[in-house]
Amino acid sequence: MTGSAPVPDKPVAGPPLSVIIATDCGSTTTKAILIEKKGDGYRQTYRGEAPTTVEAPFEDVTRGVLNAIAEVEELSGRKILEGETMIMPSRSGGAGKPPVGVDIYISTSSAGGGLQMMVAGAVKSMTAESAQRAALGAGAIVMDVLASNDGRLPHEKIERIRSLRPDMILLSGGTDGGTVTHVVEMAEYIAAADPRPRLGMSYRLPLIYAGNKDARDRVKGILGEKTALVITENLRPVLERENLAPARQKIHDLFLEHVMAQAPGYKKLIEWTGVPIMPTPAAVGLIMETLARREHLNLIGVDIGGATTDVFSVFGGVFNRTVSANLGMSYSVSNVLAEAGLDNIMRWVPFTIEEETLRNRIKNKMIRPTTIPQTLDELQIEQAIAREALRLALMHHKSLATGLKGVQQERTISDIFEQRASGETLIDMLTLDLIVGSGGILSHAPRRVQSMIMMVDAYEPMGVTELSVDSIFMMPHLGVLSSVNEQAATDVFVHDCLIYLGTCVAPIGQGKDGERCTDFEIAFSGGRSPEKGTLAFGELRLIPLTLEERAKIELRPARQVSLGEGKGVPVTRDVRGGVVGLLLDGRGRPLQLPGKPEDRLAALTRWHQAVNLYPGKS
Amino acid sequence: MGHAYTPGLMVTERTIVRKRRLLPIPGQVIVRVGDRVQSQTVVARAELAGTVHVVNVANLLGIAPDEVREYLVKKEGQEVRQDDVIAENKPLIRWLKTEVRSPINGKLESVSTLTGQALLREPPRSLELLAYVDGAVVEVHPAQGLTVETECSLVQGIFGIGGETWGELVLGVKSPDESLTAGRLSPDMKGKIVVGGAFLDAACMKRSAELGIAGLVVGGIHDEDLRELLGYDLGVAITGTERVLIDGKRRVPLTLVLTEGFGSIPMAAKTFQLLAHHAGQKVSVSGATQIRAGVLRPEIIIPKESPSHLRGEGRGEGPVAGERAGIRLGDQVRIIRDPLFGRIGSVAGLPPDLKQIETESHVRVLEVTLSDNTTVVIPRANVEIIEGT
Repeated sequence: MTGSAPVPDKPVAGPPLSVIIATDCGSTTTKAILIEKKGDGYRQTYRGEAPTTVEAPFEDVTRGVLNAIAEVEELSGRKILEGETMIMPSRSGGAGKPPVGVDIYISTSSAGGGLQMMVAGAVKSMTAESAQRAALGAGAIVMDVLASNDGRLPHEKIERIRSLRPDMILLSGGTDGGTVTHVVEMAEYIAAADPRPRLGMSYRLPLIYAGNKDARDRVKGILGEKTALVITENLRPVLERENLAPARQKIHDLFLEHVMAQAPGYKKLIEWTGVPIMPTPAAVGLIMETLARREHLNLIGVDIGGATTDVFSVFGGVFNRTVSANLGMSYSVSNVLAEAGLDNIMRWVPFTIEEETLRNRIKNKMIRPTTIPQTLDELQIEQAIAREALRLALMHHKSLATGLKGVQQERTISDIFEQRASGETLIDMLTLDLIVGSGGILSHAPRRVQSMIMMVDAYEPMGVTELSVDSIFMMPHLGVLSSVNEQAATDVFVHDCLIYLGTCVAPIGQGKDGERCTDFEIAFSGGRSPEKGTLAFGELRLIPLTLEERAKIELRPARQVSLGEGKGVPVTRDVRGGVVGLLLDGRGRPLQLPGKPEDRLAALTRWHQAVNLYPGKS
Repeated sequence: MGHAYTPGLMVTERTIVRKRRLLPIPGQVIVRVGDRVQSQTVVARAELAGTVHVVNVANLLGIAPDEVREYLVKKEGQEVRQDDVIAENKPLIRWLKTEVRSPINGKLESVSTLTGQALLREPPRSLELLAYVDGAVVEVHPAQGLTVETECSLVQGIFGIGGETWGELVLGVKSPDESLTAGRLSPDMKGKIVVGGAFLDAACMKRSAELGIAGLVVGGIHDEDLRELLGYDLGVAITGTERVLIDGKRRVPLTLVLTEGFGSIPMAAKTFQLLAHHAGQKVSVSGATQIRAGVLRPEIIIPKESPSHLRGEGRGEGPVAGERAGIRLGDQVRIIRDPLFGRIGSVAGLPPDLKQIETESHVRVLEVTLSDNTTVVIPRANVEIIEGT
């Protein structure tokens, strides 16, 4: 995979940027932030939000944008709007008067259900999967993946294409010089289905062809009249290599030209912005990639929303994104229950509750998605559901963030013993450096330690891993900003966006509760007395380590326990602090909760108390 | 945000509702502006292209794909009947002859000389769009559909299943806190819309479907019962096409509207009284719910038999009403989250400052006086206004 999130190609000219206004038009809320140059760096200074106005009765996205910006004006005192026009460039307001204007306006959008795509390829695990990765990386929700060998009969495929009504189709298939027949076959099915776009009746459905170059003329002949066909480079020119960037760039171009242009008010919005509007998840992916590249990190980012959960990863410089379209904390909360099962949710809840009551409560959250937990019990149930949504979304991500399938590999005897195959997941929890959490349930948890434990329980990081959360969900804004001014984006990302929670140390192995898991010795920066002790199996321990502090931890694990260097091998690591601290997790990997209900409740209560997870009880 | 509360559900004796009726594909609108229509009036038609069937002629005849045209018996574009020979080979020995027959009635749409496939298409199906509500056509969107306007009483539910239907409104219970049981249903309720009170269970829903009752309106149901009725767990609240399961396999249409939520919850008195007042009248009901992006709530529309010719000013879908400025003292609200889920009261205070609640979150709250005169403090996000007069 060579894909990186595309950078808008519209050139940015003009004076240096001192004041930036950015919006993210979400399906329910439009969020505006103001970024200003302070000294040598940039800081996010004010934010405002307003309901998104894509739907009736307004049917004009710019109303919500203007309202959100008006709130920023009120809070900051800066005059940004002159009626419905943005004042540019920024300038001082004169003696005793507030400043005026901004230097650029940028925006992302996921309103109206985001970008919904169907992808097709020749072989399901090869070109179709590459097409899926290209679409996901461009910020789309993939409605279906069609392939010659997807197990459906031809007429079933055609019916499916006809009923889907996507915003766009990405057709790939065949390496260059490879199969033409299968690609043409898929093109024939699409032509027979004569698919209609989701928005608008009068325009032709955009279709990107990024397959075998030898089939281009055939595809043009079949689909040229029926769709708004765009041809780009093959996204899998040879089996051993993906070339996703050109297809992703075309997806973005068509998203603006066709899809966005059909959505109410977007023509105006496109004129206002200094750079092309990006789909929200594509912008989040871009900032994640920028961070990973700049800091040389392997990272996993998650954005758990009301309807969907996006997972981003960068491992060894390879970027991947998946979206679990039906895992979320409000609109899709009931689906988390359906997919995870009641027992998996209940295993995290530190009290008992009747199944019927819990089911009704979850459904009531689904139909009234904006309500908030009012009691501690309700909060604990929501956080239990969040753990399962996070866990399932990561499983989904692992299955798609893989090496290329169908590639011949040289095998050693150890590969055979380990049953390693081409197409294994790239997500290696042992080499993971940082987890970035985002979305209401993580960003707005009443105690930051709750966010940290939710992610640790769901992801089971191994060895030494840092954790952080996005403070007010400004990653989309910063993603699109990074395409204009990377310094501004990274300044704000590090200072105002990311909140470091701390570091989790999790030995790998199993043992009886109370048995020695690892000995540890911590030397703190800044003259604080060192600490040493023994972490037992079944124990969770939180050691204070503030944002400003650093420490060196030396770990001497038990014989059957590893910290990544091998069983029983001591390791020493530099660790950073955070608003929560240094978490020593002796619960073992893989994490296994006690089977008996009374033992499980006792263990949960003990862990919660150990890290002061909730007020008062448990 | 200026509107830190959940928009309420409309329960009103008199309003104007406009329904935009759109075809899924372009077609023909067969009514004109000013025409009076009934719920069952066909207002527009479209032709849905027939289902496509694929036959790989080259494989079946054992020939190269680029030779397919030479072996065709039927021409591209020609009508075919099921079992008609569409292609055949010409062997020297007759019993080695292979014929490829059409699996359908329709036409031979095209053949591909690269894949060797023949595409056959069934005849188009006619799709009829009904008016759904009694009213007048106020706008025609050429080739796409129209807008019907009706002066009516309106009750919006919070969640529903099943599509559009209509029928006479009948009461199945005497008060809003009673449960509707299967024993209260009778064969003369066939084709009607039955109003329950606080709750009905799976047995009652099944009996309704068996009797051919068109729709049910009730305060609440258990999720478990809904799952049993549908045969699967509903993951997201996008509904409107469900058919319920009876006899373990047969699926029949049944529209269900919940006015309060999941659980056993007395129907709001205002809602029950309004429905009771209109018992015996014809109503249009839809269970279609979509909570994400473009909120769609289930509804009971009771057209006025003698319209007062109120004129609607708005455009588009749903009730034509002014935008609310926000929540006000004295507003009737429903609490929509535990521990007081389903209770109804009036707003007694709107403290402006953030308040810390049990979870330690700092949120905007309001004070609500309940029917027993106690006053409780609730996060603003956890109430919805009962709208309408």
